[in-house]
Amino acid sequence: MAQAQTTNATTEAHGGAHEDVGFPPLKTETFAGQLVWLAITFVLLYVLLSRLVLPRLGGILENRRSTIATDLDDAAAMKQRAEDAGTAYEKALAEARSRAQGLAQETRSKLAAESDAKRKVLEAELAKRLAEAEATISAKKAQAMGNVRGIASDTATAIVERLTGKAPSAQTIQAALDAVKA
Amino acid sequence: MASPIEQFQIKPIIPAIGFTNSSLFMVGAAALIVGGLMFASRKRAIVPGRSQSIAEILHEFVAGTLKDATGQEGMKFFPLVFSLFMFVLTANLLGMIPGFFTVTSHVIVTFALALLVIGTVVVYGFIKHGTHFLGLFSPPGVPGWLLPFIVVIEIISFLSRPISLSLRLFANMLAGHIALKVFAGFVVALLGAGGAIAFLAPLPLLMAVALMAFEFFVAVLQAYVFTVLTCIYLNDALHPGH
Repeated sequence: MAQAQTTNATTEAHGGAHEDVGFPPLKTETFAGQLVWLAITFVLLYVLLSRLVLPRLGGILENRRSTIATDLDDAAAMKQRAEDAGTAYEKALAEARSRAQGLAQETRSKLAAESDAKRKVLEAELAKRLAEAEATISAKKAQAMGNVRGIASDTATAIVERLTGKAPSAQTIQAALDAVKA
Repeated sequence: MASPIEQFQIKPIIPAIGFTNSSLFMVGAAALIVGGLMFASRKRAIVPGRSQSIAEILHEFVAGTLKDATGQEGMKFFPLVFSLFMFVLTANLLGMIPGFFTVTSHVIVTFALALLVIGTVVVYGFIKHGTHFLGLFSPPGVPGWLLPFIVVIEIISFLSRPISLSLRLFANMLAGHIALKVFAGFVVALLGAGGAIAFLAPLPLLMAVALMAFEFFVAVLQAYVFTVLTCIYLNDALHPGH
């Protein structure tokens, strides 16, 4: 250091003909100028950075932080809503299913009752018709049986008349018929 | 061939206002910082582009360094620390461009910046803590008979801070540029010698290339070191009780 200063001093002593000689960082005559310009520059830099640039950068970063936080909150809220909707859907689905089951059960039993009733009506009808038919049959049978007695008495009268030549009395025929029948 | 220290020469540009090449690169660095950051953040995008990402990384890097060292209350010094970091970093990197002047290779500049830091520490320390700030010089848990020595050592250590802070940056930048220039000079000298010797020229060229990479690393590292130490010193102003 001292050596450099000596060189510097020597240079100056020689009239500073060669500016290049000497160690520039230790040339004290340049200090004032450098300090002045450093002060100007650095103060200006400080003011511009602290007033203009850093608030802007900080604002961007802060804005991003808050945006991300808001977005995350929104996402959480939406997720909650989606989950709620999912639960509500599940509930509605279960409700609908049980209602459908109830409805099906109801319909099934209603239909069963209806068809039961129809069947009963039909059966009653059929029974009635059967009874009627039976009554007709027995009536016809009785009638036919009545006719048989008439035919028998006529036939018997005719046979007896042919054999004896004289018609028997109706009482005799009737008595004979009763005896045969018995 | 120019001497290796010719690159540190201060040359007047506008003598009337003392505007020199040093002033030019100071102003250039400041303009580059402000212009570059304003340009990078012009879109204020939520999803940053490339340039905005760089600006944000610088912002968050310095903010993180400061917060790690001083805690939340140190953030009031953020504009100062950011200005210092960006100024030193930009000045160092601008100096890496061949033919450009390196502002931080002049000890008066680095010393002024270091004094700014220490001045801020002292002024803020006394305003915030009054005489309690002097507790900085007496670490707790020191036996009484040792205290005078410790206090003296602490005071010397405190006073040497601006010197070490400024000389570290200055010497690194100066030495790096001299070394680069010397090796580059070897290339020219060997080529100039001609004949078989000229074939040795690529060797110092390789060295110069390697040094160039190393000097970029040093340029960034020294800006970071300056910033970290600034943060640590500011922490003393905020919490003098250690």
